[in-house]
Amino acid sequence: MIATFTRPGWYRAVLCTVLAAAFGFGIVVLLRVISGLPAMQTEQTGYPQVVVPLITAPLGFLLGIGCFDYWIRWGIGMPTIPDDHSSHGAYSWKDYFKVNTDHKVIGIQYIVTSFFFFLVGGLMAMLIRAELAQPGTQIVSAATFNGLFSTHAVLMIFVFIIPMFAGIANYVLPLMIGAPDMAFPRLNALSYWMLPMAGILFLASFLAPGGAFDAGWTGYAPLSTGAPLGQSFFNIGVQFAGFSSIFTALNFLVTIITMRAPGMTFWRMPLLVWANLSTSLLVVAATPFISGAQFMVLFDRILHTNFFQFGAGGDVISYQHIFWFYSHPAVYIMILPGFGIISEVISIHSRKPIFGYRLMALALIGIIVLSYSVWAHHMFVAGMFSWLRVPMMFTTLLIAVPTGIKIFSWLGTLYFGKIHTKSTAMLFALAFIVTFTIGGISGVMLGMVPFDIHVSQTYFIVAHIHFVLFGGSVFTIFAGLYHWFPKMTGRMYDEKLGRIHFWGTLIGTWGTFVPMHWIGMEGMPRRVADYASQFGNWNLLISCFAFMLGAVQLIFVYNMIVSWRFGPKAEANPWRGNSIEWLVSSPPPVFNFDEIPRVVGGPYEYGIPGARHAIMGGEGAEVPATQPSVVGT
Amino acid sequence: MFSKRLPIAKMAAAVVALSAVIAAVMLSINWNGAEDSTAAPKIDDLLNIEIVLSSIIFSIVVVALGYALYKFRAKPGDESDGEPIHGNTRLEITWTLVPTIIVLFSGAWSWKVLNEIEEPAAHQLTVDVFSQQYAWSFGYPGKEYAYSQGVLHVPVNRQIVFKMHSQDVIHSFWVPQWRIKKDNVPGITTTALITPTKIGHYQVICTQLCGFGHAAMRAKVIVQSESAFDKWVEGLKEKVPTPLMVSVKQDTQTNPEPLEQVEAE
Ligand code: HEM
Ligand SMILES: [Cu+2]
Ligand SMILES: [Cu+2]
Repeated sequence: MIATFTRPGWYRAVLCTVLAAAFGFGIVVLLRVISGLPAMQTEQTGYPQVVVPLITAPLGFLLGIGCFDYWIRWGIGMPTIPDDHSSHGAYSWKDYFKVNTDHKVIGIQYIVTSFFFFLVGGLMAMLIRAELAQPGTQIVSAATFNGLFSTHAVLMIFVFIIPMFAGIANYVLPLMIGAPDMAFPRLNALSYWMLPMAGILFLASFLAPGGAFDAGWTGYAPLSTGAPLGQSFFNIGVQFAGFSSIFTALNFLVTIITMRAPGMTFWRMPLLVWANLSTSLLVVAATPFISGAQFMVLFDRILHTNFFQFGAGGDVISYQHIFWFYSHPAVYIMILPGFGIISEVISIHSRKPIFGYRLMALALIGIIVLSYSVWAHHMFVAGMFSWLRVPMMFTTLLIAVPTGIKIFSWLGTLYFGKIHTKSTAMLFALAFIVTFTIGGISGVMLGMVPFDIHVSQTYFIVAHIHFVLFGGSVFTIFAGLYHWFPKMTGRMYDEKLGRIHFWGTLIGTWGTFVPMHWIGMEGMPRRVADYASQFGNWNLLISCFAFMLGAVQLIFVYNMIVSWRFGPKAEANPWRGNSIEWLVSSPPPVFNFDEIPRVVGGPYEYGIPGARHAIMGGEGAEVPATQPSVVGT
Repeated sequence: MFSKRLPIAKMAAAVVALSAVIAAVMLSINWNGAEDSTAAPKIDDLLNIEIVLSSIIFSIVVVALGYALYKFRAKPGDESDGEPIHGNTRLEITWTLVPTIIVLFSGAWSWKVLNEIEEPAAHQLTVDVFSQQYAWSFGYPGKEYAYSQGVLHVPVNRQIVFKMHSQDVIHSFWVPQWRIKKDNVPGITTTALITPTKIGHYQVICTQLCGFGHAAMRAKVIVQSESAFDKWVEGLKEKVPTPLMVSVKQDTQTNPEPLEQVEAE
């Protein structure tokens, strides 16, 4: 009986959550009583007796489920339990509900959890579109509507797209570089378990008095500093999501820098690895800024500091500077890993080396450098000091250049190849090229200050962000999930269902988001529950496409679940890829490699007779030491 | 080397034709609605330039992709690889430099337009904009802070300097037909210039999320002849209420102009 509560696991987790919440609550009440204040405080920006438990309870959960056991034992001098690798691999579905240090298990945990939040966020999108199908308010009140689109965006950004990419890379990247695991497996587990904490906090805000946080995902002060309790759920949830990202990024950086298989020089890394290297550099340096911004809002709310209180000397606009200093890089955090996926998929399925591999890698580096110098393009009409607008317009426009290089190089890769379109992954990759081009073009238009003055904060922005995030990030996520599904599950998915899902998604995306450009330019602002009746027909059309887009995602869910259970067995290398993850069985052995592979050439040497990227241990003898290594011409 | 193996001329012709069609259709539509300020045609010309450039880029991508899919699809059962082409330095330099030139050109043009639409003119009229959840009101410092709630009157063909203030959270002042937008930020005064060129009725639309009433936060705009405007302003009985004047006074540290007028009263 006692043992059930001392062993790491769900019983201890529940117990620790309750205890930690009680502790947080108790300490607030105690301190308040000691200071002669009423025990409870229920101003809408207050509720310290709720806010503190919101921080302690998730930490208690993490403690209880077992994320900290090893470190605590080590820290207090207890004998640590040596890792006997019993926590590697997953042998039944129950193993996915435990703290596990195997990067492949963590990868699946990440993917499934973030996909769950995608479905929840998607459901909210359906509600939003239902409300907007007709002018006037029918389904939800204006206040609820604000809560809906705010949580929709926050779920999609912080607990779907960003962690989904972390999950795919978690699974694939160590295999790709020939590493047995990530550099810090226990930290990796902690990063994963923080993710559901963030998602649950965001969703739990619906239960708060005053409803869910409703100041948009941007949470501008002073709307956010004066908002009801739900806003604090957002402030704290972002901390968990943020720390999770930062830890994962550190893990990726160290893994990529120190754990590549012998022979894998930087210029022999697959572009997915390059993409995650650059993304991690962005995450590590930028994420502390949103973390800080949300802490400042939280402090303004419950400690009555004056960071953004204009009446007391605070500066309202500085919130936006700090927020966008993270959130512009964040949009690249949400697309660069996708660029990596597309490079892998296009190269394999057109049986061609990536065109201009080195320039592709350098373009990624160019993007991350530039993306720290453009944040104020979100503030062209914000009333900030006006001289910054023109320099940031130029840096913004210049970011389109490395982005364009990537598009043209993918196209170049197709030429003189043997393009196979039988895989749904490739369909998504090809559609991504065109769809993302539209998003890039609207981005350039938004970068031009005079035009942005007109369309900023309108549906044109909604169109832009969905072309780059749905047509961009989500398409790449689907490409990646289809592409590595056989590797992850050892089963093949159903291509027929995949194609239906693909065409439905493509048509749904264009149908939903193209007309949004038009109504935005014509005068419909964003973030409104009600609008002028002149936009009624367009909105009805948009809603119809949106419902279709939502419905076809169910086909994907069905395909994945059924194929995972009953799909035909997958070979080790169904797409005839060169990179190392395809050289091991599907799914890979528990410890990835019996012997660490040796890398002997570039990752995309398709079409060169006898060229190999890597050789597995043991078979080294018969392969010549010098390989025709042709990178660039 | 590629030029010999690809029908470059035909592909170029396809790009030209496709971009001509896209651009022609897109240019024939008036996306941004009525152009009722001096800034509007300039911004719309900028949009049109960008439509042409974007049509070309988009057509290049579509034609390039379309031709590749038409020409380089693997035959069923063909398991062979493509040609091991790793790149082409000339081509890569081209698609780095040409887009750079295009975006620098767009940037330069935008800069020119920005300077033009923000160029102060002689004989301006200053109007204070007061925003609060969820209403707009307007003060006329030149007319001893005459005050109008929910209705903005301005004369036609005269440059208006809007001094914007917010009493609570951020709001944003947008009149789409004028192509003007500026946030109203509590604690500071923001400024926007616009010269309306048509007499008529419009709406101020709040475009910055400001709470549950955001969607309904509108005000009426009436652009009228100078004489009609003067008559209307003279008829205003109310003066800007003192609480609102606080934000105007606050502004005087950075912007002495209204202060003098306050003192002149
Ligand atoms: C060619 C590259 C791009 C350029 C030049 C660009 C430019 C811009 C500009 C100027 C804005 C601000 C518009 C405004 O609020 O007035 C904006 C908004 C936005 N962009 Fe992009 N963008 C680009 C690519 C991307 C990508 C790749 C993503 C994400 C994957 C992205 C996501 C967003 C989001 C989420 C917003 C809206 C933020 C908000 O206000 O809620 N953009 N973009
Ligand atoms: Cu940005
Ligand atoms: Cu508003």
